[in-house]
Amino acid sequence: MFGIPIQALFGQLLLGLINGAFYAMLSLGLAVIFGLLGIANFTHGALYMMGAFCAWFLLNLFGIGYWPSLILAPIIVGLFGILLERVFLRWIRNIDHLYGLMLTLGLAQIIEGVFRDQYGSSGKPYAIPAELTGGYNLGFMFLPTYRAWVIVLSMIVCFGTWFLIERTKLGAYLRAATENPVLVQAFGINVPRLVTLTYGFGVALAALAGVMAAPIYQVSPLMGTNILIVVIAVVVIGGMGSILGSIITGFSLGLIEGLTKVFWPEASSTVIFVIMAIVLLVKPSGLFGRAS
Amino acid sequence: MVTTVAPVATVGRRSRAGLVLTIVLVALALIAPLLVYPVFLMKALCFALFACAFNLVAGYGGLLSFGHAAFFGSAGYVTAHAAKVWGFPTELAIVVGVLAGTVLGVVFGWIAIRRQGIYFAMVTLALSQMIYFYALQVPFTHGEDGIQAVPRGHLFGFIDLNQTMTMYYVVLAIFLIGFAIIFRTIHSPFGQVLKAIRENEPRAISLGYRTERYKLVAFILSAALSSLAGSTKSIVFQLASLTDVHWSTSGEVVLMSLIGGLGTVLGPVVGAVVLTTMENYLAQFGSWVTVIQGVIFVLCVLTLRSGIVGAIEDVLRRRSRRKAAPGV
Repeated sequence: MFGIPIQALFGQLLLGLINGAFYAMLSLGLAVIFGLLGIANFTHGALYMMGAFCAWFLLNLFGIGYWPSLILAPIIVGLFGILLERVFLRWIRNIDHLYGLMLTLGLAQIIEGVFRDQYGSSGKPYAIPAELTGGYNLGFMFLPTYRAWVIVLSMIVCFGTWFLIERTKLGAYLRAATENPVLVQAFGINVPRLVTLTYGFGVALAALAGVMAAPIYQVSPLMGTNILIVVIAVVVIGGMGSILGSIITGFSLGLIEGLTKVFWPEASSTVIFVIMAIVLLVKPSGLFGRAS
Repeated sequence: MVTTVAPVATVGRRSRAGLVLTIVLVALALIAPLLVYPVFLMKALCFALFACAFNLVAGYGGLLSFGHAAFFGSAGYVTAHAAKVWGFPTELAIVVGVLAGTVLGVVFGWIAIRRQGIYFAMVTLALSQMIYFYALQVPFTHGEDGIQAVPRGHLFGFIDLNQTMTMYYVVLAIFLIGFAIIFRTIHSPFGQVLKAIRENEPRAISLGYRTERYKLVAFILSAALSSLAGSTKSIVFQLASLTDVHWSTSGEVVLMSLIGGLGTVLGPVVGAVVLTTMENYLAQFGSWVTVIQGVIFVLCVLTLRSGIVGAIEDVLRRRSRRKAAPGV
């Protein structure tokens, strides 16, 4: 097809889908946090990196493998996120949200600087768990088991988050608090606690993505920043208001990026930003965003 | 009664104090290279101009751009390329660099002003990252090496810029011109409208101002002056590198303005001097520089949101009010 070997095409599409899975999970967390706290969480990339490092620590210091890490790392990093919210973010709730951006950027710099000082900027390998090694030959392409697992798991996590927020009572409280926190508090719901838990949840999502990414991209202090800026563009394209929007945009932009890598490799690192510029010109509120 | 008298008195006193302050600062800048390492001073001046330009949109227009490194860095690249490869005279190389950065500012501004607040910051960040990847890939920037050994040349054909002292005074002149343009803009009717937009955009619209135009013009002006700073820096250091288009440089200029005081005239200058001094001393600690920058960010946001100059202004204002109204 178009002079491109079909193996390479599907290989890149798979890679794109994997990237898209991480974009979706990270932009989901960003969207949830932004919805309730009004903060563009620039610490998100650093926390994603911490998730990957947490899995690496658990393995190398305590011999705890991939499967427990998948649960433990998000809990540990999520608790760290809750700490951040309690200690820092709490104080800037009622001021211009741009300060939230600066504060979270500062926190990200601190976290990444400390990790870089300790571990340098080179990546550390993290082995694919034994159960997920190998792959399937689909005839037109080779599908590594681990990659298939990442795509399936991320879709389950994304759908689960959507269900939690759009279809459960807790999610209803959360959406209500996004619209009008004062009124929700007047109904007897502990909004500050809801805020803390939401932040913790968004952070845990980032950490989970980090653990899932560890066997694919190597664990490195810089892995967070590189992906964060792309995720930010994804969020602008999708519009931060919509959960389903973040998921769809994340996956499809990953695919588009993969396709670009096949047909015009030089443009693959910038294609998402170009799409963002075009979307802004056509529909400034984002594809799924509400006009503000 | 007191309220009608006090402002006039303070304004008079303040403008006189401002004049004295200006003279003192300019005198200080003139003799500074005798006391401090001139190359360090030139770096501080370039960043001070950059921060002042940033402050024009962020502090006065309320548009926190997170992509100003794109203008600063690409102007540096174009100037370096023009001076080294095309053999342009220095002044023309700087002009070409500024033009390139300004064009970029027009495009960025045109796209980004469709969104406000956090979105504006995120859009400008993403756009500037595009420039970073572009600079990483195109051959003329020489990737990780950057454009090295850029000739300083002779300004207007007869001022030898290879003399460090001469170079310093040229940089100082460029800074003062840029600063004067910003000062004039802030205190013009245009600047007043810009402040009105920052305070309450819907109201400014309801008063009949086409706010997007004001924002766009301010953004372009800011991009042009950031480019001037970037071009000058590439001539001073004879180098244009990826660092200058990287998003961390955008973050740095935000931090400079925040430390000094967003929306104050002198704040960005103070912030730039503080941060360059700090980096100078901390360079040996490697990645701890990032950590310390992060700590300053956090501390400033939590405790000193008005910045150093902003805090001093607050104290002075409170004191003059107390003097004007002793009974209250």
